[in-house]
Order: sequence, then structure tokens, then C-alpha cells
Amino acid sequence: MPPIRSPHTGRIDLTHGAGGRAMQQLIDAVFRPAFDNPILARADDHARFEVPAGRLAMSTDCFVVSPLFFPGGNIGSLAVHGTVNDVAMSGARVLYLTAGFVIEEGFPLADLQRIAHAMGDAARAAGVAIVAGDTKVVERGKADGLFINTTGVGIVPAGIDISGDRARPGDAVLVSGTMGDHGVAIMAHRAGLEFETSIVSDSAALNGLVANIVEIVPTIRVLRDPTRGGLAATLNELCHQSGVGMSLDETAVPVRPEVLGACELLGLDPLNVANEGKLVAIAPATDAARLLDVLRRHPLGRDAAIIGKVIDDPARFVRMSTRIGGERIVAWLAGEQLPRIC
Amino acid sequence: MCLAIPVKIIALTRPGMAKVALGGIVKEISVLLIDDPQPGEYVMLHVGFALARIDEAEARRTLDLLADLESAGMDDSPAVHDPDATHQDMAAP
Amino acid sequence: MKHLDEYRDGDTARTVAAAIRREADSSRRYRLMEFCGGHTHTIFRYGIEDLLPPNVEMVHGPGCPVCVLPIGRLDMAIALARRDGVILASYGDMLRVPASRGQSLLKAKADGADVRMVYSSLDAVKLAAANPGRHVVFFAIGFETTTPPTALAIEAASQQGLRNFSVFCNHVLTPPAIGAILDTPAVDGEDAVLIDGFLGPAHVSVVIGSAPYESFAAGYRKPVVISGFEPIDVLQSILMLVRQLNEDRAEVENQYIRAVNRDGNPRAKQAMARVFELRPTFEWRGLGEIPFSALRIRSEYALFDAEHCFDEPYVQSNGTKSCECPAVLRGAKKPTDCKLFGHACTPETPLGSCMVSSEGACAAYYTYGRMRHADARDNAA
Repeated sequence: MPPIRSPHTGRIDLTHGAGGRAMQQLIDAVFRPAFDNPILARADDHARFEVPAGRLAMSTDCFVVSPLFFPGGNIGSLAVHGTVNDVAMSGARVLYLTAGFVIEEGFPLADLQRIAHAMGDAARAAGVAIVAGDTKVVERGKADGLFINTTGVGIVPAGIDISGDRARPGDAVLVSGTMGDHGVAIMAHRAGLEFETSIVSDSAALNGLVANIVEIVPTIRVLRDPTRGGLAATLNELCHQSGVGMSLDETAVPVRPEVLGACELLGLDPLNVANEGKLVAIAPATDAARLLDVLRRHPLGRDAAIIGKVIDDPARFVRMSTRIGGERIVAWLAGEQLPRIC
Repeated sequence: MCLAIPVKIIALTRPGMAKVALGGIVKEISVLLIDDPQPGEYVMLHVGFALARIDEAEARRTLDLLADLESAGMDDSPAVHDPDATHQDMAAP
Repeated sequence: MKHLDEYRDGDTARTVAAAIRREADSSRRYRLMEFCGGHTHTIFRYGIEDLLPPNVEMVHGPGCPVCVLPIGRLDMAIALARRDGVILASYGDMLRVPASRGQSLLKAKADGADVRMVYSSLDAVKLAAANPGRHVVFFAIGFETTTPPTALAIEAASQQGLRNFSVFCNHVLTPPAIGAILDTPAVDGEDAVLIDGFLGPAHVSVVIGSAPYESFAAGYRKPVVISGFEPIDVLQSILMLVRQLNEDRAEVENQYIRAVNRDGNPRAKQAMARVFELRPTFEWRGLGEIPFSALRIRSEYALFDAEHCFDEPYVQSNGTKSCECPAVLRGAKKPTDCKLFGHACTPETPLGSCMVSSEGACAAYYTYGRMRHADARDNAA
């Protein structure tokens, strides 16, 4: 990686965001080699590309995670995976990303390089290119180290109609794997909560898995990735969008023992804890077995499970039969669930 | 009102402190409220403190009592009333 | 997870529930109060009432320290947090609870107050040691379970010679609250609460032992079964209460034998006695003034008493009209009997104490069980 010539001590300063030579050097030394693709290499202010025929799907997301580096990834890889996944949930073949950076004055250059390279690696692994971007530097204290925005675009294959309002009573509800891994990996390093765990974030690009689903189960009705707010928030959103309820089986939801342990420690429900490499899939009951098979054959879906079904319910509750045979609601919380002593 | 969880002492660390484990999670907590804590023992953890050790013999006794209920249930005891009626059944007027 | 999973097993739960159904006498009602909010949470989170016969009813008690903390005391904590140079350290439970004038600790933080969430009282002491130029106030709440940890934190701060650490003490006691419930006279023509027996708190009893409940069992002739927190603990305890009532016994029994004994934890009790003493009286939200029901820090530790270090007045706050919390807390009414429940009063917009914490009766019912209300309404239509 070419060294950056900086009069200062290996840290970002305000000149790096000022649009002059220092900023150009930063882009040339850090971002261009990390993202490395022909479109970016043209060094225009825009990216130009042919658009294959079909419907476009587009999504944008901002990433403000703290800590910036965590087991299983960093804010950069998360920023690539998160937006690739949002676009992929439409069934689209994801093509291109843009990346915008708001960097706090004093941010270590070495960290920026690590993050940029993680983004390049994540993009390449997902088969997408980061083709445009922007950098701004703000004064000390005005950004929590680094904020990233990524926008993604893809093409939805013909005949595919995947949307949150398509769940119907009788449909099967599946998840692609264990719940709560990302949230626990982050919490373990948050000040005031520290505990040791071997859990790593599940941050991953799901577009390959989605491509398999779309090909083998074209009747797929709903795909969504349960991120902040956990599975509980996503299922409640879907019930409201589709005007239905759900009936789940607590014992069918896959959760790693360490995630269960961390949730016991903090008084949290794994269903409320964030994921970054999992999806919810809803399909007609007759296709459930085939969908489960597609998921389990993929490295990112080995722990996939059928967790319940869609039901008719004007109240749009997500109900769950508990492991002892009683019934409860899976609540839609307004905000993040906080650790409790009571 | 008081969330306490059973954790296993894996090592004594500084005076009055110990590392404990639950489901693979490890945390350092205070054992000042326990007499002579030992690695391998289980204690109840609440807000960073071990409040009591778990008595393995009494735990065993509880599980045995539950197992006895299971075999008692297999007997032909006459039901006082419909043994299967529950609140769920009664919910629909 | 050992000592947890065994008490969540579905087959075992069904077996105990079947025994309860077999043994409950269909010609009588069994009204059982679980005092502790943690038990309320377990009951709703696992749907335990779905496994009980209709004549065995759970009545939800006031054992939730977040719920019974008067708003005026929370206002004081917020005022302390807003002071220059103060770091207010608090357990997560209190951060979102609404105080007066639409305030909360989290909102104060958004306004610039330094409010930090801690998992343990010792983390608050560490904060003080790491920030010598600031004063750390630890917002202490909880029953007897949580009190020894506060006592040890004060002693640790004292041993370390810290001059910038104090505790805002709101610890309350369980037996006086049980007494207050049992002593409740009829109000406005309403019957006094008819409770047949109590599920005793799990972890309070780990500290204080089973002995303190013996006077209730004997004096009021009500059976008490001290119960663990897991669903099978609760079911087994309900069975033990049903048996006591069938046999006309009124004893203190201990289901949670793996962690509770008659005398409790002597080290914990001694730590409490070294650092705290009784307040002559204390206001409980929803229950009113209860004598000798709360603790304050002894004068020897005045340097670590936030009420000594700072001069914050206590201003009593009045409850919302139409709020039925006083009746719900004593078990005289159900959450669904309150006009405000589920409409103006929800976990996100709590108007009364029963809704402010996830283990308050109203919050637990709303979060986990309100589909029963919707179902009953739909079935009646």
C-alpha cells in the first residue's frame, strides 16, 4: 500500500477533507487501491455503467456502530454487508455500491486503511464493486470517529416479486440461522458490560444465498434481514405490512448457547438482539421443505429452521408458544432493549 | 424482581473476585459474599456479585421430586374434575 | 445451562401442571399472589396461566423496585445528574422511566447530563477512581437482593479513600410490604384483597432466608412457598400452595432449596447492617407510606451518602387520575380493569407504576399477554 505523505502523525486532519491535493492523495492512497475496480479507476466524480434490462432495486444505509472494530468485522465490512443485504432482500442481483465517509479530525490513518481494505475485501467476496464515494472531515468531537454511508443498486430478475406485504395466512416462516450473534459480539466490548466470549459478529453478504433462493423457490414471498431490533422487530414489521399475524414455536428458533448465556446475564431476549448476516424467508407452506433445504445447503444457512407460520389475525400479533406449552406475544419494542437487574 | 443466574466458578482471580462462566460467556465478579468459594462450584450471580452457592444435593432433590410427580401422574388416580380444563379452554365464553 | 435448562423443560412443566389440575379442588378458588416482579415476568413470559386450571388464579404483587419508587425520588436522581461535575451511574432499568415534567434519565443525558449505565455497583466505584475530577453518584435501587452489593461498593470506596463517590439510596424491604398488603383495609366499599397464599421471592430470600415469612404464615394464617424463578419452580411452588390449602396448613415452605435456607446469607446480612439503617418511614408509589420499610446510609458513611453530600429537596408527585395502580399493586384489580390500560398507558407511555418496568403487572401483561384480551373480545363478538 503506497505510504501517505502527511506532515502530521499518521492522523486525518481537516485538509484531508478540503477538496485539495491532500484529499486527492488520501483517495489515491487509501480508497482507490482498497476498492480497486475499472469504474473507480477512471477517477471521475461519477460512475458510468450499462444497466442490464429489468427493474432496479436501490437502498441506502448509514453506519455509526461503536466500537468501530469488533470480533467478526468492523464498521467498513458492516457497511458493505448491510447495504448489499438490503438490496438483495428484493431478490436483486446486487451490482454496485457507493461509499461516503464522514471522518473525525484526528482519526488514525492506519485504522482508516484497515477499514477501507475490509470494505474492498467484503465487496469483492460479494461480487459487487464500490464505484463512487465521498470524503468529508469534521472537527474533533463532531463525529464518533467515523460514520459511513453506503448506497447500493441491483437488478431484480423478471417474474420475481418479493415484498414485505406479501405474507399470507398458511405461509411458512423460516430464519437462515442463529439469532442474536452480532448484538452479543458488540455488547461484549461496550463499556460497562464487558464479558469474554468467543461469539463473533455474523456480519456477511447474503446476496449469494438469496440468488439460490430465487432460483430454486421462485414462489418466495418475503425476504428481510433482521438487523437492529432483532427478529422481533422484523416479524412485527412484516405482520403490519402484510396485515397478518404469526404463530411461532419458541423451541424452533435457533440461538447459540453463548448468546443465551449473554442474554441471561443481561436480562435480554435474544429475539430483540441485532443480527447482520441472517434473513427471514416466508414462502407458501408447500415450498417450506424445499426452501429449508436451499438455505441449509449454503454456508450462511447451515442452521436454518422453520420457526412458525403466518396466520389470520386482525390484531397482527406475533404469537409464540413457549417451551413449556403456554403462549405469549413477541412484543414490538419502541427502542433498544436495555440490560436490567430486575 | 431480582435477576440472578446460576454461574460456574472457573477460577479465583484477585482477592474477593472470581471468573465465572455461563453458556460459554465468562465474566469477572465479586465473591465477597461467599464463604470459601471454590472453582467448579455454582453460585447465583446478581449485579456482579455472587449471592449464594447452589447446593448440588438440594438441586438433585428438587429434580427427584419432579421425577416422582411424573411417575405419580402415570397412576390411575381418580380425577377430581376434568383434568384437562385450563384457563385457555375457559377463555372463550 | 446447568441449573437453568432443567427448570424450563416442557415435559416436566406439563407433568407438574397436570398434578395441579388433578389436585386443585374444583369446588373452591385458589388466589395466589406472587409478590415478586420477577415471578410476574416469568408467569407472563412463559404463559404459565395457560397451564393452570381456571380456579387457580395468580394475583400480581408489588415486588418491583422500579415500579414502587416514587416519582419524586427519580426527580431527585435526575436533578443530581444535571449538576455540574456529577456523573450519575445507574442500572439500565431506571433509564427510561418517566419522571415529572416529561423528564427521564435518558432525556437528561440527551440534554448533556453525564448519565452512565452500569451493570454492577463496583463499576460505579471504578468510574469514581478513574475520574478524580468528577463526583460519581450511584443511583441505588432494589430490594434486599440488591442491597448487599451497594453496601460492599460503599465499603470498597471507603477502603480506597475515594472522596468523589456517593450513593443515592432507595433500597426497600420485602416483609414490610407483604405486611402492608395483608393489612390493607377495605377501600371505598371494595373488598380487602382476598389472597389465599403467597409465592415468596426467590433471591430476596437467598439473602434474608425463609424465617422472616414465618410471622405472616402464623399471624395471618396464609401459606407461603418460597419459589425459584424458572417456570418449573413456579409451577412446583403453586402445587405446594394448593396442597397446603387443601390440607388447611399455613406454613412457610421452601421450593427453592438449592439456593435458599432458613437463615439466608450471613455475610450479606452483616454487610447490610454495617452500612445501612432503617428509615422511620418511606413512600411507596401506589402503596403510600410504609413505616420501617426502607434503608438509609448510616452516619459513619455520611461521606458516601448523596443525600448528605447534596441538598436536593424531595417533592412528592401525585398520581394520574383514573390510574388503578394502587388497586393493581395490591391485587384487588387486574390490569384490564383499568380504563387507561393499553390506551393512554402503555410501556412506551407509562402513566402508573405498574407499567414502568417490564415486570410490573401491567407491563408484563401488555408485553406478553394482551392477545388474551383481544381474543376474548373477538370471541364475545
